[in-house]
Amino acid sequence: MIAPPLIELESLSFSYTGSQSPVLDRINLTLQHQQQLGLIGPNGCGKTTLFHCIMGLLKPQSGSIRFKGNEISEVEDFFTLRKEIGMLFQDADDQLFSPTVIEDVAFGPLNLGARPKAALEVAHKTLTDLGLDHLEDRVTHHLSGGEKKLVSLATILSMQPRALFLDEPTNNLDPETRERLIDIIARLGLGFIIISHDYDFLAATCVDLAGMEAGRIVPADHSALHTHHHVHPHGTHPHKHGDH
Amino acid sequence: MNFETFSTTSSFIQRLDARIKLLSSLALIIVISVCRTFPTASAGLTVAIVLVLTAKLEPWLVFRRLMLVNGFVLFLWFTLPLTYPGETAFNLGPLGISREGIALAALISIKTNAAVLVLISLIATSSVAALGQALVQLKMPIKLCLLLLFSYRYIFVIHQEYLRLVRAARLRCFKAGTNMHTYRTTGYLFGMTLVKSHHRAHRVRQAMVLRGFQGQFRSLCESQLGKNEVGFSLLILTVVAALITVEIISRFQS
Repeated sequence: MIAPPLIELESLSFSYTGSQSPVLDRINLTLQHQQQLGLIGPNGCGKTTLFHCIMGLLKPQSGSIRFKGNEISEVEDFFTLRKEIGMLFQDADDQLFSPTVIEDVAFGPLNLGARPKAALEVAHKTLTDLGLDHLEDRVTHHLSGGEKKLVSLATILSMQPRALFLDEPTNNLDPETRERLIDIIARLGLGFIIISHDYDFLAATCVDLAGMEAGRIVPADHSALHTHHHVHPHGTHPHKHGDH
Repeated sequence: MNFETFSTTSSFIQRLDARIKLLSSLALIIVISVCRTFPTASAGLTVAIVLVLTAKLEPWLVFRRLMLVNGFVLFLWFTLPLTYPGETAFNLGPLGISREGIALAALISIKTNAAVLVLISLIATSSVAALGQALVQLKMPIKLCLLLLFSYRYIFVIHQEYLRLVRAARLRCFKAGTNMHTYRTTGYLFGMTLVKSHHRAHRVRQAMVLRGFQGQFRSLCESQLGKNEVGFSLLILTVVAALITVEIISRFQS
């Protein structure tokens, strides 16, 4: 028997109250275990809303979300989903609220019921794996933008998720941190959906690519052709687009 | 902005458990603030100075903070000797300076400085995070503790957001003046900062919920009270008892 996909969306629609046009318009999407999917699309096309609906932060008006084959709609159902899918927010300042880095990374494991000692160990291990253990006792709001992004990834990985949702992870990152992030994602070997309009980043990290336009999922090549406007001021590594 | 000037210097007092420091400063400040005689107030000030010395704080920074408070105390010196009823000590032109007024202003000055020094040496030497955690452990209302911790975490972010708006206004040649345009713009700036903070709070909550937050903070440090804490508590208890004795004796004598 084939295991059901990790996430299956069927005809998912969402619109904000008082708004005429839906943000998500009858979305059908499947994410298999270990699948590495990139979602590309212009600002305001509903990418973040899609994540929030799947994670249970927003309630879709119609359609269904299936997690490992079971339909989920109640708050308790989402708890099990949130344990297995870690979501990285666009703005790292939203994610890091604890005074020190180690406390923030241990926050998730503590909520999942780990004893303080075990939570501390898993937090320490996660930071060490990412090469961030030197930041452990730093105050979160004194970190640089790149450090904040990597630490907020650590706060999610410490919960040992099966898959990741990354919302515009390369926004405001310097090239060096961006490369480091690509490296980390490749090493993790987890399934994920990455939302981005950084085409090159998606090409470097994802196996599959889909586009999003005006609340609908569209085939990637179509969308990519329309959104691929980047230039290469530092063209050190020659590459072809789309051959991943 | 930096609120934690004193919490980084390593000293015996800085390393003490924040709960003990909170309770000790509470006890000392209560005695200092209700005392009415000079011997007690002066003894309290001496204790406070000893505490500040033990905490090995930068004297210049402590002095600067004290000056801030003494700015308010100065107002008492302008008003109390002139207005307090009592025997005239001397005349300043047509104005009579009251002896009791001077005594009262002096007493308040000593008490204020003593209380502030106790706060600087015992409270300011803990990080805000440690204080928040200590308040939770002392069974203070959890909502207020969270309010303290989150205000501290996000005040920097909100301040930066505010500065970004101010910069954006300046870059478009905004100059503050005494006119309707300035008032309106300032209103917009504050309003926008408020709206942004509200949205930020919403997103922070979402991020916390996704990581399994259910309204209860689980502490990472299972802090225990060691020998130092017990010793320090006993010392402070003795000092408080001594101060009370001094106060009772001096009240009987006067």
